[in-house]
Amino acid sequence: MVSPILELTNINKSFGHVHANKNINLKINKGTIHGIIGENGAGKSTLMSIVFGLYQANSGTIKVNGKKINLRSPKDSIINGIGMVHQHFMLVENFTVLENIILGFEGELVFGKNLEKAKKDLKDLCDTYKLNIDLNSTISDLSVGFRQRVEILKSLYRGAEILILDEPTGVLTPQEVDELFKILRSLKEEGKTIVLITHKLIEIMDLTSEVSVMRQGEMVGHTKTENTNKEQLAEMMVGRSVLLRLDKSEVKAGEVLFSVKNLTVKDDLDVTRVKNVNLEIRSGEILGLAGVTGNGQTELLEALSGIRKVESGEIYLEGKKVSDSQNFLDPRELKDKGLAHVPEDRQRMGLVTDFKAYENLIFGYHDQQPFSKSSVLNHRDIISHSKKIMEEYDVRPQSPNLITSNFSGGNQQKIILSRELNENPKVLLVGQPTRGVDIGAIEFIHQRLIDMRDRGAAILLVSVELDEVLSLSDRIVVMFDGKIVGEKENKNVTDRELGLLMAGVV
Amino acid sequence: MAPVDKSKVPWWVSNLIVPLVNLTLALLVSGLFIFIAGENPYEAVRLIIYGSFGYIEGFAYTLYYTTNFVFTGLAFAVAFHCRLFNIGGEGQAYIGGLGVFLVAINFSFLPVPIVWLLSIAGAVVFGAAWAFIPAYLQATRGSHVVITTIMFNFIAASLMVFLLVDVIRDTSQMGPHTVALPKEQWFPSFKDFASLFGIKIRYSPLNISFLLAIAASVFVWFLVWKTRWGYEMRAVGHNTQAAIYAGISPYKNIIIAMCISGGLAGLLGVNEILGVHHKIVAGFPAGYGFTGIAVALMGRNHPIGIFPAAFLFGILYQGGSEVTFDMPNITRYMFVAVQGVIILFSGALENLFRPQIESFFVNRLNIKASA
Repeated sequence: MVSPILELTNINKSFGHVHANKNINLKINKGTIHGIIGENGAGKSTLMSIVFGLYQANSGTIKVNGKKINLRSPKDSIINGIGMVHQHFMLVENFTVLENIILGFEGELVFGKNLEKAKKDLKDLCDTYKLNIDLNSTISDLSVGFRQRVEILKSLYRGAEILILDEPTGVLTPQEVDELFKILRSLKEEGKTIVLITHKLIEIMDLTSEVSVMRQGEMVGHTKTENTNKEQLAEMMVGRSVLLRLDKSEVKAGEVLFSVKNLTVKDDLDVTRVKNVNLEIRSGEILGLAGVTGNGQTELLEALSGIRKVESGEIYLEGKKVSDSQNFLDPRELKDKGLAHVPEDRQRMGLVTDFKAYENLIFGYHDQQPFSKSSVLNHRDIISHSKKIMEEYDVRPQSPNLITSNFSGGNQQKIILSRELNENPKVLLVGQPTRGVDIGAIEFIHQRLIDMRDRGAAILLVSVELDEVLSLSDRIVVMFDGKIVGEKENKNVTDRELGLLMAGVV
Repeated sequence: MAPVDKSKVPWWVSNLIVPLVNLTLALLVSGLFIFIAGENPYEAVRLIIYGSFGYIEGFAYTLYYTTNFVFTGLAFAVAFHCRLFNIGGEGQAYIGGLGVFLVAINFSFLPVPIVWLLSIAGAVVFGAAWAFIPAYLQATRGSHVVITTIMFNFIAASLMVFLLVDVIRDTSQMGPHTVALPKEQWFPSFKDFASLFGIKIRYSPLNISFLLAIAASVFVWFLVWKTRWGYEMRAVGHNTQAAIYAGISPYKNIIIAMCISGGLAGLLGVNEILGVHHKIVAGFPAGYGFTGIAVALMGRNHPIGIFPAAFLFGILYQGGSEVTFDMPNITRYMFVAVQGVIILFSGALENLFRPQIESFFVNRLNIKASA
């Protein structure tokens, strides 16, 4: 019998009315990779924030190596050998790797002896775990994958025996994910304990030896990974059985509804982000646009939807030119012509989070009949319309008068989708439709997009989730450094091939 | 302290209890000032209440001040819904007054009710025009309205002094003011109404502009929450990026919001020129434009909040002058400080006790619900 290195007993945590963690019990064995899986809002991050000392539990005990400890701040956790790599890295961009790691642990006023020792220790750590980091490079020069390694190194240097990783793969390419998993395995071999928080089933199956499932603030199951499978885990997460594979009919592509010729777009800093891009999307077809975040997808979507000015090139809707560098239709005019847009970042662009739900459900269509008559909003019609589409799209809770920021991410996304799809657009531009959305809602959203396609809409799907692009698209193009670097029919194409294109290797 | 789930906080806690607590604290601190100045705070409170409610002329003064604060408070609130910090109410009111006077004096051949309507329109147009320039600069050049509107207050003041000294001065008098408007154009005052009911009172500045203030409040409520324009203004204010995505022009809405704001500030000129002075006197906005900012913040930028907040500041203005009259140790500036404390507690320190109060009530209600 192995004694657990970390043991949580009856942990409770509430935020006001929300019971984020209910009587959580968890045992993590030394030298294992332990997965914690659950939908967004299941309470995984809250639980780990308690373990890392960022939040204090309302009740319950935490034991490390059998000894009860009191965690009042991250400092206490570090002393007890707990380290955490956050979803968003906590690094000073213009410092070097070395400076970032010793930040807060400088130990002396004028750098000298301690710094030399730190350098040596860090080099040893890098060698042991094959981290391959140059201590003198500046953070802003490093790729996302390397920044993550710096975070890992930082925790190790501070003596972490237990390393918590919060959704570590969200921002990585498939190749970077492979590298990360290699590092995590070698950490395990050296006797470190790793806690992996994720909502991706495939990572759990690949990497972990034990897995705990959370749902709505409760721990709903612990199991050895070898004794379970994806379907079973998904069912535990959602509380009902989930369709992991989409039922999709054969593509029946019609005439070209939307096309882009030699499009070049600059960002706000006057940097060319989209370089001479050509695209064609047919009726009844989903074109997937894959790529690592920041390779021009955002600017492309903004240009196509009329938000951003085109530098050169043309955009055609149903064969008619709608935009070039001289004349362009604004988002409103494009909407009238049957182009709908689900933006990548729902809170920054798709919604006014301080608005009530019904106000967001007419956003962009608020000046049309029957919502607005001679500039006066028709409250009754808006509310009845809102109720209808909230029911149809299963937005929960079904209260049009609730402020939008009180809805969960998935339901906010459904508000946007229901608004845009309800207009029955001919062309639909969708950016990251399921980012931060839980499994149950992902299934629903994907089904809606397929329905739209089957009704003859032309859909451009921009997503950093390769699985999503692969399962939805009929054709896939890959964008790298502002250019389209590859186009594939979605048959027999693998995520490896796409990954190489995304990384700009091929 | 864990954040409270906002959706669980009853509206009356955040909109009534919290402002009342802040107000009480401000009054306690003010009481301390009065105590240090060597007067009895309790007696001062008694004088404030007597001065603003105790006799009919006093109460009429309170309502007259309220009228001005409603106009400037609404002005600030409208711009604020588009996240524009229009602190130029003072200058817009000043120029609005010029509009009232010029229209009234030049159209005096028309029937009086029509002159009134035209003068009100003149106030709105002049006030809006004065707000338009900063708005245009903000929309096209990104020049921040906080900077430009405050500069425009000074420009308005200088312009008006120039006009009152060199262009439209009543040459038969020494002071920097214009000739009086014909008597039939003066707004009926509270005194006239009271005499209809056989009540004899002394002079009162309260006039039918008070009704205009009520109308303006209803207008602002309707505009902001019931029309497409208000919807678009709020969208731009809350999330400009999203507004652009939805095809709403920030450029257009910044200008519309500022012009409506300036127009509302201009209405202060109607109260002062048609209702009180019957001519332009130098410096008639007398700081109402600035106090309007505090009124709007305290009233949470909603007409239903702005009206009581304006009334509160009316009480302070009127009651305060009563106190300075009866208590030699308390100067007029003391009451400026008291207003400052209220602004501090209800504006800058608005969230000082909010989390504690909200979680207190949320927990109480939870216990009740589960019991």
